[in-house]
Amino acid sequence: MNCCNEFSRSTLLRRAVAEAGNGLPTIEPGMPAPAGTGLDRRQFLSRTLGTALTVYGASALGPRLLDDGIARAAATGGKGRRVLVSVFAPGGWDSLSLLYPIGDPRYRKLRDSLALKPDDGPRFRSDARLHWHPSLKPLAALHARGRLTVFPAIGYSHPDQSHFTSRHFWEVGALDPKSGTGWLGRLLDVIGTEDNAMQGLSLDGALMPSLATARVPVATLASPGDYRFGSHNVWDVPGELLNDAIGSLGGLAGDPDPILAQAARTVKQADGLRHQLGRFVGKDGQVHINPKAKYPDTDFGRRLSGLAALLDANFPIRTAALTGPGSYDTHADQQGPLQDGAGQMAEGLAAFQQDLERRGIAGRVLTLVWSEFGRRAQQNDSNGTDHGAAGVAFLMGTGVRQRMVGEFPGLAKGLDRDGNLRATSDFRSVYASLVEQWFGVDADRVIPDARKMPRMRLVA
Amino acid sequence: MPLPVYAGSFGPAQAERLLWRAGFGPRPGEERALAARGLDGAVAHLLTTGPDRLVGRPPKVNGRRLYPLDKFGHDHLWWLDRMVRTSRPLTERMTLVWHDWFATSNETVGSQRLMIRQNNMFRRSGLGSFPGLVMRVTENPAMLLYLNGLESEKGAPNENYARELMELFTLGAGSGYTERDVREQARALTGFTARYKNGYGWVKFKFDHNRHDDAMKVVFDKAGPYGWKQAVKLTVEHPAHKTFFTRKLWGYFIPEPADDETQAALEALYVRSGYSTRQVLAAILKHPRLYEGPRMVKPPAVYLAGMLRTLGDRISTEDWVWLSIQAGQLLFYPPNVSGWNDERWLDTSTFQARWNMAHRVLKKHAYHPDRTKRGTVPADPAKLVDRAVSFWGIQVSDSTRRALLTYAQKTMGAAVADDDRQRKFPPMTLNALRHLVAASPEMQTS
Repeated sequence: MNCCNEFSRSTLLRRAVAEAGNGLPTIEPGMPAPAGTGLDRRQFLSRTLGTALTVYGASALGPRLLDDGIARAAATGGKGRRVLVSVFAPGGWDSLSLLYPIGDPRYRKLRDSLALKPDDGPRFRSDARLHWHPSLKPLAALHARGRLTVFPAIGYSHPDQSHFTSRHFWEVGALDPKSGTGWLGRLLDVIGTEDNAMQGLSLDGALMPSLATARVPVATLASPGDYRFGSHNVWDVPGELLNDAIGSLGGLAGDPDPILAQAARTVKQADGLRHQLGRFVGKDGQVHINPKAKYPDTDFGRRLSGLAALLDANFPIRTAALTGPGSYDTHADQQGPLQDGAGQMAEGLAAFQQDLERRGIAGRVLTLVWSEFGRRAQQNDSNGTDHGAAGVAFLMGTGVRQRMVGEFPGLAKGLDRDGNLRATSDFRSVYASLVEQWFGVDADRVIPDARKMPRMRLVA
Repeated sequence: MPLPVYAGSFGPAQAERLLWRAGFGPRPGEERALAARGLDGAVAHLLTTGPDRLVGRPPKVNGRRLYPLDKFGHDHLWWLDRMVRTSRPLTERMTLVWHDWFATSNETVGSQRLMIRQNNMFRRSGLGSFPGLVMRVTENPAMLLYLNGLESEKGAPNENYARELMELFTLGAGSGYTERDVREQARALTGFTARYKNGYGWVKFKFDHNRHDDAMKVVFDKAGPYGWKQAVKLTVEHPAHKTFFTRKLWGYFIPEPADDETQAALEALYVRSGYSTRQVLAAILKHPRLYEGPRMVKPPAVYLAGMLRTLGDRISTEDWVWLSIQAGQLLFYPPNVSGWNDERWLDTSTFQARWNMAHRVLKKHAYHPDRTKRGTVPADPAKLVDRAVSFWGIQVSDSTRRALLTYAQKTMGAAVADDDRQRKFPPMTLNALRHLVAASPEMQTS
């Protein structure tokens, strides 16, 4: 097994919570409840979008009003609005492999079996000690073009090494286990409206906790093409005809048995809903959103290409959040999983940026990529690494101003008592700076510790 | 007032409906065996209690057994397994009824151990006297945690359980009790306590006289120094209770209200039998409306367990947890104290979840088009439809059969004069037809 029990359990629980819209069963004293736990959850069919949305926190509004809200928000300037996309790298990724300090004399000692060689990955041009992990070549290219800000040691004071707790801090934008709203959710409470659920879009099976609001609604949409009906070992003509056959099962909608008729009507409605997805789904059952870049054939790629299409079509999205590919809780045999996950992450992000640029909307989109922590400098005996403190984050977009924020502290003086990397930038500073510089909102209204946090010039 | 009893023929079709309503559908051939007993014999057989015998292979998930007390979702899988393998389907189905009737969610209780203990109590006591069951529920640890029973003590009664006891469990809202009755009953119900053991949870549930308010209370206009047992007794002896109980129990098995004569006869039977769930249940299961009235939507757990039971499949994946959440019924997590809404099982979203459940069930049974020997699967559309319908052992309407046949004719029509398609399309068509049958209105209902 490549991940610790605590991590898989937290993933399961969070998924269950968001899926069910229920509260989190307390399994450990002191464990933070995920933001958004208290929000009610409803599904409705959006005429505007032609798909099923799950809406959180809008119990007073009927589907009609929510739909009108989306339409109105789109009509009143979806085009020029700035958007922030949050991508979570789950499990705590190993920043000392992603930007490996080959120029640091202690690196090979601490990483006796995991150390990469100088030629493995491209140089990091903002710090001669560091090289990019080979899987991150697409990000190195973005960095060279001035499209990427790197935070080589980002974290917070008194780091917590629990997946739950540390992720929770990042999601809520505060070192507060009790906070029930996400930092993007609180931003939306300031800049959003009470009837536009698309403003905070979780591109995930679940509500990403950072989007949990107190006042305005937000929504989840796994992908525009999610409402599909497939079958095992059925393709070619039998596969193409299958969906129409489902609709034909609705023939009993007029049956004198009211319950049978109701079940048949549901089948018909499901079929009707699938038809409405014609906007994004072709005859072959595949999603057609005409991406302007070549995305990797991964779930992450599909979600990002769907998001780019929605943004291009002026859907009134202000913030979006999703979980990136990979599972980075690499306690053992970490090279393979890290390579795969980070590679898919980098390819997906680079395609997304290219797509946005070709669509001419890159100027209004920033993407923040983060993980709950980095990993221990000293590797373990299983060719893996244990939970650490500061890690690496990226800010991507044509609007970024800097190539690097905060320095790499080095493996001699840069480690804390536990042998974990010290933070040279605080995620709350990043949030506060983005809230002000990207959205023009007073950071005190969104980030509780904004006053104590220095600002960084992130946006040109 | 005699109770109407179904007098039509009791063949496999009627036995099949009975097995779906009073259980989780037939195993192959089970409906014929039950039909052979006749209606009275069949109902008596279903009502037999005693130790259960689980038939078939025990669950295996990721190569291991289940950990229902500890691992998230495994409580759900554990119960699902019982539904699939039980030889006492009505006992198991009544356990589901009581889980909904006395809805308790682990979201609040936070202990799979206590939830399963409650579940076993329902399984043991579910067919006996209803007041006896309410007594057990009242002192049940999971319920005490769920409705704040431990926080209710002399001088500081918590009204949560007292209110739901009357509103949802025994009398119904607006049935003649007052806010004062709620407050007084809450006082009568004070005194339960437990200890929290660090790293383990709540233990040593007991009634502590020192925490109980033993002063006089006035409930339903009668005064007495009532304790918790009297509180329960007062509610089940309230004149509104017999109507509430019989209507609610009826509603789990027949989707339209009973006519006035039946209703009156059921109430009389309930009182005459000394508040016996078993006797009222027997009357409901023999009532003509169960066999002649409309169908019922299968709850998601019944739909899923039924498919696995039909096919003799064991619980072999954790996917049932997520799919059940999508479909709207994660066992041990009812949405609130009033249980699941039985009128809202089917919508476009839960229909997709049910499609996905069938998808997952069918995965291991699907023919591989490239690896299926020619002739294993018929190429004739009508025969393909017959194979798909009999795979599930159900009957479908003419309308559904036509839809299935049209599909098979189209796919096989596209295979004419194409050797490769002639070989691959029959297995693919059969795979798809099985899935379509599983999604049909007939299979979603019983």
